[in-house]
Amino acid sequence: MKVNEVPQDDPKLSTKELKELCYAVDEDGNYTSELSQGWKPKADALHASIEAINEQAEIYRQKALQQEISPVQYLMELKRMDLRTVAAYTGFFKWSVKRHFKFAVFSNLSEPKKMKYCNTFDLSLEELNGLSNL
Amino acid sequence: MNIPFEHRQTAHCENGVISNLLHHKNVAMTEPLAFGIGSGLFFVYLPFFKVNSAPAISYRPMPGLIFKRLTKRLGIKIKKQRYKTPSQAKKALDEQLSQNNPVGLQVGVYQLPYFPEEYRFHFNAHNIVVFGKNEKGYLVSDPTMEVVHTLSEKELEKVRFAKGAFAPKGHMYYPVTFPENIYLKKAILKGIKNTCRDMLVPAPLIGIKGMKKLAKDIRKWPKKIGLKKTNHYLMQMVRMQEEIGTGGGGFRFIFGAFLQEAAPIIEKPELINLSKEITEIGDEWRLFALNASRLFKNREKENKGYNDLADQLDRIAQREKIFFKKLQKAI
Repeated sequence: MKVNEVPQDDPKLSTKELKELCYAVDEDGNYTSELSQGWKPKADALHASIEAINEQAEIYRQKALQQEISPVQYLMELKRMDLRTVAAYTGFFKWSVKRHFKFAVFSNLSEPKKMKYCNTFDLSLEELNGLSNL
Repeated sequence: MNIPFEHRQTAHCENGVISNLLHHKNVAMTEPLAFGIGSGLFFVYLPFFKVNSAPAISYRPMPGLIFKRLTKRLGIKIKKQRYKTPSQAKKALDEQLSQNNPVGLQVGVYQLPYFPEEYRFHFNAHNIVVFGKNEKGYLVSDPTMEVVHTLSEKELEKVRFAKGAFAPKGHMYYPVTFPENIYLKKAILKGIKNTCRDMLVPAPLIGIKGMKKLAKDIRKWPKKIGLKKTNHYLMQMVRMQEEIGTGGGGFRFIFGAFLQEAAPIIEKPELINLSKEITEIGDEWRLFALNASRLFKNREKENKGYNDLADQLDRIAQREKIFFKKLQKAI
């Protein structure tokens, strides 16, 4: 990559200040570094991947409102987590978290247990309950 | 507390933290040198291990390995420590700062306030340097950022105790002792040999073999798992290739810069030509990412596009094989 080929595409990020350092070759064939504003293929992959997460999250949110599943599954998707991460933050086993995906199991959880999810997802208890019309 | 620490932006966090920490201790160390000596160039494809519901493809060795190899090869002793509680971790950090000692910290990026929303995933092996404290909080030199940032005590605690895969547990590290003489030449040779060995290893899934296996799978995916999933896999592949500090095209260019810098030190002028060659291969990687992104964006209906992409990856693998064999011979 030559210095003048370092991509300067609009990354369409929420924070515009981020510029990345790239290594590139100058006219004499010597390596130097240059800041890059963004590169379209990379931005496309990033945005498409976030879009996929948000789409899936919206499906789960609707299901949670219908009380088909618990809000835990929705929030896990929304916060870009996986089972392992949720288990680590809450202190539950992975299989317990999976059980809590069921609306019936979730709605019977004690308050301290629900609080663990509140802390993990940065929500109040009312907000958490509100996500499934409890 | 204000330690005169020079913040230098780098392409990758791990190289950046270590080269900046060493620079602070008057050891001349650029990012490409740190990357090359630490054997940062790598490739592994794990079809059975899923990240974001797509097979894991990594263009770098395990987090921490570049750092470990670099310091070992230069004979520098590092103090590393993890902590049970946030208060212990904070106390240890403050102690180092009061002794005017900047330290490296492993952190999670999900809760890093100065990162753009879009980059905040649960990735816990990011590296930063903390070099001071004022009334607003800690002074943070994040090598992937242009400028120095400040994190409050609470914010720093959150990222130091992020949870999940690679949980940092407050991991803090700093160089303690330096050898009298640093033998760069020996370290560089070791670094290059290690990289060649990794890339040419006859085991499946790693290095050239890993790329070939990935190419083979790209051909199969549209039939085997359907176009929707294939596009998702390709999208994740491009993300891993091009996102900050994860490698792919960018890593080839750092390696090219390294070879150019290393050539006069180890007195091997043929490395200059090899540097040009890996630069061209890096350009090919970028084209590969571009073609892959076109495929997943257009939601191609035919298999031809995927076969072409796989052909391209095969060509890259072949070129890298020749390249690393030449490099191995040159040193």
